[in-house]
Amino acid sequence: MRRIIRFIKSYRKEAVMGPLFKMLEALFELFIPLVVADIIDIGIKNGDSAYILRRCALMVGLGVVGLICSITAQYFSAKAAVGLATDLRFALFAHIGELSHENTDRFGTATLLSRVTADVNQIQTATNLVLRLFLRSPFIVFGAMIMAFTVSPSAALTFVVTIPALSIVIFGIMLISIPMFRRVQAKLDAVLGRTRENLSGARVVRAFVREGESIADFTATNAELTHLQRFTGRFSALLNPLTYVIINVSILVIIWRGGVQVSLGNLTQGEVVALYNYMSQILIELIKLANFIILITKACASGSRINTVFDTQTGLPTYKDTATAQDSTHAVEFRSVSLSYHKNADHALTNISFYANAGETVGIIGGTGSGKSSLVSLIPRLYDVTEGSVTVDGRDVRAFADPQELRAKIGVVPQKAELFAGTVRDNLRFGNENATDEDCREALRAAQALSFVESKEGGLDFMLEQQARNLSGGQKQRLTIARALVRKPEILILDDSASALDYATDAALRAAIAALPYHPTVFIVSQRTASIRHADRIVVLDDGAMVGLGTHKELLNSCAIYREIHESQFGSEEVLA
Amino acid sequence: MSNKIKNRAPKGTMRRVLTYLAGYRIYLALSLLLSLATVALTLWLPVLVGNAIDLIVGKDAVDFDGIFKIFKTAVLVIAATAIFQWLMNVCNNKMTFGIVRNIRNDAFRHLQKVPFSYLDTKKTGDIVSRLIADVDQFSDGLLLGFTQLFTGVMTIVGTLVFMLLIHPGITLVVVLVTPLSLFVAAFIAKRTYHMFKKQSEIRGKETALMEEAIGSHKVVYAFSQQEEMLSRFGELNEQLRDASLQATFFSSITNPSTRFVNSLVYAGVALTGAMLAMGGGGAAITVGELSCFLAYANQYTKPFNEISGVVTELQSALACAARIFEVLDAPTETPDKENATVLTAPEGAVEFRDVSFSYLPEKPLIQHMSLQVSPGQRVAIVGPTGCGKTTVINLLMRFYDVGEGAILIDGTDIRDMTRESLRRSIGMVLQDTVLFSGTVRENIAFAKPDATEAEIVAAAKSAHAHSFIKRLPKGYDTLIGEGGGALSQGQKQLLCISRLMLSPPPLLILDEATSSIDTRTEIRIQKAFTTLMQGRTSFVVAHRLSTIRESDLILVMRDGNIVEQGTHDTLLETNGFYATLYNSQFAKV
Repeated sequence: MRRIIRFIKSYRKEAVMGPLFKMLEALFELFIPLVVADIIDIGIKNGDSAYILRRCALMVGLGVVGLICSITAQYFSAKAAVGLATDLRFALFAHIGELSHENTDRFGTATLLSRVTADVNQIQTATNLVLRLFLRSPFIVFGAMIMAFTVSPSAALTFVVTIPALSIVIFGIMLISIPMFRRVQAKLDAVLGRTRENLSGARVVRAFVREGESIADFTATNAELTHLQRFTGRFSALLNPLTYVIINVSILVIIWRGGVQVSLGNLTQGEVVALYNYMSQILIELIKLANFIILITKACASGSRINTVFDTQTGLPTYKDTATAQDSTHAVEFRSVSLSYHKNADHALTNISFYANAGETVGIIGGTGSGKSSLVSLIPRLYDVTEGSVTVDGRDVRAFADPQELRAKIGVVPQKAELFAGTVRDNLRFGNENATDEDCREALRAAQALSFVESKEGGLDFMLEQQARNLSGGQKQRLTIARALVRKPEILILDDSASALDYATDAALRAAIAALPYHPTVFIVSQRTASIRHADRIVVLDDGAMVGLGTHKELLNSCAIYREIHESQFGSEEVLA
Repeated sequence: MSNKIKNRAPKGTMRRVLTYLAGYRIYLALSLLLSLATVALTLWLPVLVGNAIDLIVGKDAVDFDGIFKIFKTAVLVIAATAIFQWLMNVCNNKMTFGIVRNIRNDAFRHLQKVPFSYLDTKKTGDIVSRLIADVDQFSDGLLLGFTQLFTGVMTIVGTLVFMLLIHPGITLVVVLVTPLSLFVAAFIAKRTYHMFKKQSEIRGKETALMEEAIGSHKVVYAFSQQEEMLSRFGELNEQLRDASLQATFFSSITNPSTRFVNSLVYAGVALTGAMLAMGGGGAAITVGELSCFLAYANQYTKPFNEISGVVTELQSALACAARIFEVLDAPTETPDKENATVLTAPEGAVEFRDVSFSYLPEKPLIQHMSLQVSPGQRVAIVGPTGCGKTTVINLLMRFYDVGEGAILIDGTDIRDMTRESLRRSIGMVLQDTVLFSGTVRENIAFAKPDATEAEIVAAAKSAHAHSFIKRLPKGYDTLIGEGGGALSQGQKQLLCISRLMLSPPPLLILDEATSSIDTRTEIRIQKAFTTLMQGRTSFVVAHRLSTIRESDLILVMRDGNIVEQGTHDTLLETNGFYATLYNSQFAKV
């Protein structure tokens, strides 16, 4: 929570002015019972109607000043709360942008989104309330007590018992209910999860005729949620009745003790009314406070959810470590590279060494989880090697002061085709902001995407919906390839990115890439030997280790695993042919 | 204000909310009764206190016996108020969360029956947010409505009655000044409406941007677009700051303003009350009564402020309810025919008889497609991307119904059989692996929850999933997150295959099932599949020629239609589209 509160620092002035004006307002409110006491003890007693009129005018005057103070306070509070939320949202979004891919995958887009939107909003509302109320209320409570002491110290002793009793009740209920609300939220998340997976897996649910079981599962989780909600609700509903009892019993005590003092001649009737009014003021303030406690507890839950995101270390490599590799003469070189994602995790890659010269094509093949994607993600330095080194253009990738400089040389086509809402042109320019329409068309042509883009309404201006829902899987994939080509990269990485393409398109694509005038160094990750058989060098991976390196022909003779993969796809007759 | 209700929630929304309430009418009545009692008791207490104050006149003029008597009643009143108030809250809780549970259950149940044309066109996130966020906000509004609207209205009425009983003259002062605070509140609400609208517009834009930036994290990163994204976000964020500040500040003026009106009421009561107390005679009141009046003046105006807050809250709750009801109103799949037959142990003859189909009427997709598959045959569907291969599956599983023509299994139109029996007869492995949160074991036993341990392990073994499952931290008890969590694509697919292996149905649909499983594992799976497919009619959408070549029948599709049918050899001889596709694989690059 402290981390979030620290965001208020930029709004220190507002955060002080807000409560200050709120307190001023409260101060004026505290005079009201004294004025009323005067009306009773002086005005009514002496039958002085002019005095009563003056006192009532004073009350209205106090009200006007209170209104001005209050509006000023609202302004400062709103400014501080909105400001805090704005800065927090920005910091959170920036932090998410730097999380490692594993972490964003682990959280999931929906969760992260709701952290930045709903949870930050909750914090904003709560901050606003805290600034306005949380300081005003104790001020009124203690102020009323002090004023009561000025009226009658002996009768006011009741306040000394009442206020701690109230604090214990309020904070006790708050402390117990915060974890309860957190549990409710967790259950709600579970209901959300059930709903989402049921919808996204609707085909499977219905294909396996599991609608009934899904409903039963959902109903059960939902019932648990309802049960928790009711339990929590019953508990937090204790707050109002309990405070009501404490306050009103105190009022009875005050009147009794006040009566004793009046009987002794130490107090007037009007002053007893004033004491009563002070107690009532405390009650009203506490009811307000109690109603907002739920909001505050919700905000605390939001705060801790936001904190788990902040606490997640950004997975990006730090750029402090110094490059150790000797300069290399190859376009890309891996030297004894090992990689593990976590300190204690097994190696995802073990002792890999190979190189590629400018303009060459390297194929990378291997089973699921053999480390193909990990291998290519080291080139744009999406991860840092654990041992060994990766060099690009003869320089250790860690020696590039700015990773942007490194990544500008590289065009990546990821496994999953992800595009953005906007025109085709916008999406292509993602790769190169300065690309002309002609550059775009050229890239599309090479990516075998020109004909379908031109057949769409508007061509390059064709609007993609969010996540490019209005394109087929193959079309999306070809656009992501074009996006990488638009920047005319020195190094092109195709991470199994032809999986949704049929053989014919795949082959045409490979031919077009080979014919590119700027001759990029190409890395092709694939499951199919057909996609990489023409590569200058093929790296065969098995469980993170390199089990073969060579051309297609060499590997067929020397590498058993490669041969096995090939035969599974073509049968043995083609191997002989 | 009534205008706004009409704008946001269509007519009948309230009536539907009431039908959900009907099941809780006992609690509703109880809650009303309790709130009535609470309000009455709360209002009685100041009267008692006022009476006590009147017994404290001055030095040696305090009637302690009288005060004690009053206090005995007062203690009972306080205790009863507290208990009633709590019970009322319990009733409201029970109702609200019960109604919310019922609505969620109904919506979820309904979603199991809506056709895929609905699910495929709506965003999952949108439906989910209706079921979760909207229902949640609805419940907040409902709870607030129950607890504050009733008591608020009753406090106003009750206070009026009590005040009239004590002194009609001063009551008039209160009644005349109070509406001012309502005017002020309404005025400000009207002025701030467009500010809130602007705020939510900008918020929507910002959310859309974030959804892309976070969803496509890797791409943003690989193309070094973080800065760009961050600056675009920052720009919107600043706009949001301005809009939020305006909306928040101007709407927050309401509270101090109404409070100011309250203090006017208070001063007015003090003035008239004091004058009357001073004057004596028939219209006079005592000091105790005046203090009681002052307490009422505070109580009387408060519910007005609360009610205006509650009304806005209820409006948005109704708007949320309307959004939920939209889900509930989505059309359901046409129900099974009354005399629908149950497909049991079909032999597996499949026929497409002159089938035409399209997702959108203006874009015809499949036209006059005919096809005959004998029991046990293996059919490969091949063709370029987007040629309609998955549509065939949609039709076969009756995820969509054919537009014209008919699909027959063992000679019966699939529309004449129950969907359940049809789908039970067809096993399916989809391109998009779908797993559910739960243990590995639960996922494999998806189709047969009562499967024994031995059956589950056997299924996993035949899908070659056993070895990797064993290596998971908790083996078959490993919890996998929603959507498969940390498993690799290949592992997920192996689990999907295991799921099918557990009780293989007589017909099979394999939609590129093995496309992201490494080839060495695939060889083993292929072998298992060959055994599985023995005697079972199977449709395979595949890119691998090795799979295709071993099929009894190859359907070559293009633009939604079957352009060629035959075996690998006959199709090569024809030298048509298939031959082009096949040869392209060996094109020199």
